[in-house]
Amino acid sequence: MREPVITLTCVLGGAALLAVLNLAVPETGALHVSSFVIGLTGKYLCYAILALAVDLVWGYAGILTLGHAAFFALGGYAMGMYLMREIGARGVYANPLLPDFMVFLGWKHLPWYWFGFDHIGVALIAAMVVPAILAGVFGWLTFRSRVSGVYLSIITQALTYALMLAFFRNEMGFGGNNGMTDFKDIAGFPIGRDGTTVGLMLVTAVVLAAAYLLSRALVHSRYGKVLIAARDTESRTRFLGYRPEHYKLVVWVISAVLAGIGGALYVPQVGIINPSEFAPANSIEAVIWVAVGGRGTLSGAILGAVLVNLGKTWLTGALPEVWLFALGGLFIVVTLFLPRGLIGLAARRRRRDAPTPAAVAAAREVTG
Amino acid sequence: MAPRRRGGGSSPWRCLPAVLALLLLFLPRAFAAGDPFADLASTNIDTVARGIRELAVSGSPRAKPVMAALEAGKLVAWRWPRPDAPLFIRTSNGYVDARTGAPVADPPMPVNLRPVILNDTVRAAIETAAGVLDLFSPQAARRRAAAEALLQAADPGALPTIQRALAQEKNAGVARVLREARAAAELKSTTAGIPDRLAAIKVLAAREDLSSRNLLASLQGEPPAVAAATTAAIAQIDRQLQMWQLVEDIYYGISLGAVLLLAATGLAITFGVMGVINMAHGEMVMIGAYTTFVVQQAIAAAAPALNEYGLLFSVPAAFLVAGALGVVIERTLIRFLYGRPLETLLATWGLSLVLQQAVRSIFGATNQDVSSPAWMSGFVKLGGLTLTVNRLWIILFALLVLAALMAVLRWGGLGRSIRAVTQNRRMAAAMGIRTPWIDAMTFGLGSGIAGMAGVALSQIDNVSPNLGQSYIIDSFIVVVVGGVGNLWGTLFGAMILGVVDKFVEPFAGAVLGKIIVLVLLILFIQRRPRGLFPLKGRAVEA
Repeated sequence: MREPVITLTCVLGGAALLAVLNLAVPETGALHVSSFVIGLTGKYLCYAILALAVDLVWGYAGILTLGHAAFFALGGYAMGMYLMREIGARGVYANPLLPDFMVFLGWKHLPWYWFGFDHIGVALIAAMVVPAILAGVFGWLTFRSRVSGVYLSIITQALTYALMLAFFRNEMGFGGNNGMTDFKDIAGFPIGRDGTTVGLMLVTAVVLAAAYLLSRALVHSRYGKVLIAARDTESRTRFLGYRPEHYKLVVWVISAVLAGIGGALYVPQVGIINPSEFAPANSIEAVIWVAVGGRGTLSGAILGAVLVNLGKTWLTGALPEVWLFALGGLFIVVTLFLPRGLIGLAARRRRRDAPTPAAVAAAREVTG
Repeated sequence: MAPRRRGGGSSPWRCLPAVLALLLLFLPRAFAAGDPFADLASTNIDTVARGIRELAVSGSPRAKPVMAALEAGKLVAWRWPRPDAPLFIRTSNGYVDARTGAPVADPPMPVNLRPVILNDTVRAAIETAAGVLDLFSPQAARRRAAAEALLQAADPGALPTIQRALAQEKNAGVARVLREARAAAELKSTTAGIPDRLAAIKVLAAREDLSSRNLLASLQGEPPAVAAATTAAIAQIDRQLQMWQLVEDIYYGISLGAVLLLAATGLAITFGVMGVINMAHGEMVMIGAYTTFVVQQAIAAAAPALNEYGLLFSVPAAFLVAGALGVVIERTLIRFLYGRPLETLLATWGLSLVLQQAVRSIFGATNQDVSSPAWMSGFVKLGGLTLTVNRLWIILFALLVLAALMAVLRWGGLGRSIRAVTQNRRMAAAMGIRTPWIDAMTFGLGSGIAGMAGVALSQIDNVSPNLGQSYIIDSFIVVVVGGVGNLWGTLFGAMILGVVDKFVEPFAGAVLGKIIVLVLLILFIQRRPRGLFPLKGRAVEA
């Protein structure tokens, strides 16, 4: 039981510590943490939720998803819609009902799917239900016909690519190319104010901790065992009488909901949502976070998301030319030398004699 | 205010009647003598235009230089009316006589000269006249172009010229266009009778293109019989145009399919035959395009005479560069990841990022300019179709590459080894085939083909570090639709995808069209998870 304790302490304790250092220490103090750092931390924690979602399906169900950013962005759009309605008459065109971009496009009425989004509750439910429905339909279709492996990866990528193209269209009613931005406040708290930033970051940390505990309970349950069995040899699991497609579908939908929640928390903290969030590259980056931290270890996903994004923030600021080299190199190095990521590396040092996954894979190749 | 009469002796007004009388005496003779040069010297726009027409029809060898001078504003006339209506062309060192082309020995004072009027009416007349001039050119192609221009102009004034040209025309194709031009002119003239008009409509309807349709549609206030014939003719043309549109859509679809085929053929080897999912495949294409650019630069610097044939050198160069890079990648990266497709996907994705950034660092992020040789540019007209030559070359090239690859796999020594290793690796090894070496060669072959695709794509797309990105997803779709490990499937997959794309696009728009294709693909994989032409086998799982 050491791993969950350490993880929860790091996530919740770290977030609380940063919040205290931001609010309680005066700005001139040496230990003061700026609101910029708090906002950045909130962003990383959202990414960690997404990484957790990716790890659930990739690490425990063997589904290499290259389209999880789609669910993340859908959750983000649901929250963005609420934030747009919240602006109300304070927009550039001062239209109490229609968001600015609709006025700009000459629309007269609010599209039906925008109704209800003036309540944050509706937005939060939508941020979970919409990804769940999409994942449910997509997963039911693909798992039922036993699409797996690389094929599945490519159609998940096609899915997010198609959604990106769709959201670029003005006719969709989600702000087209520009997306949604210029948010004013969330549930009455002004966005961008220090208190709100800290609050959002703390909420994200709590949600991340809850998501971690839920995922852990899931993968350690009887259900999780069958899921792992299906990951390792799907046909054998099927011959034993289980229905792997049902098991996969459940974890796929849960993972999509998690990603949607992450997206919903992400948008008020970065202040913008646009179709580029659907870009296939984003989804693949999320996969590398998990790979760096350690595929199939939930705490590894969180660790990887935070570490890689720390590196990204630092490198894109300091040496923008190098960032893509570094990211590309990370993909190569991790897959070649760190098949179980950083957590796996630590675990291997503890149990030197245990066979490495690479050795297992090599053995499988020889026999199969 | 009326001019005040003066009684003074030396006033210039005194001689006004005399000048007028002189003018009256000479002007009609000068302007009506059928001397087009005199007409040009007139200050009346319509007379100048008439002069241009007459000059063109006269067949005078001076017509061309005079018109060119007029258009350049270098044709000058005497500022004041003179019976002989002198006309000069200003040159860099003096004046030449417009009528003879001979230099003027006694140069006129510039104050006495004025440029011949040049306004839109005159310009239009020059344009028509330029066409008319070509009607009598010895080259059939120019005569045809002139006739086409006259057809577009539909100018009743050109009727006599068209008749004259028609009388001496020997070439059947040019004569047909001339008859169509005559029909167009007749329809626009007010004097042609109903039978003439009906005949003209028939001639134009047989032409079946947009210009004849527009001409017919522009007719107004016709007698009922003519109006009915016009409507029928337009309907007939519309039907024809729709059919051509269909053919054109299919052609564009095939053309897009050829591009996809090029990009996907290499992938059909690395992914289809070897089962290696290479996300850096698009970057191999991109590197092929950059090789084209470098080869072009090198040839321009070293042997400019070969500029036109640079592409012929680029194809093998791109194959070698991308192929060698492929072998290196296989030896250093891919071979450690066999049997782990998902890891391969991630590692090669990382590789693609590195390659993109490397090219960006070396060549810069902006598009590189790769020029097209003359033999690859231009249009070919085929019935109602206008085909761009470079697309035709690319279709041909794609098919050639595919055929060459099939030949290598079927008859080549390497191809035989590749097939042996694919079918039964251990047995092949037992027979003495060096399987690791074959793996590297196979991957190099697929990458080299991707490089050759880059040469073709450099002709139609921007050569930028992101070039490959735009093709990678489509390429995978093609291979998946066609069925893994089947080159015929790749061919059909590419063509089907290209044609479907082009047919969905017009009514759904480019973006929605793409989405529809992707959704169709997801549904397609539902029904045929192993592609259109799956390999038959007994494996439960790949």
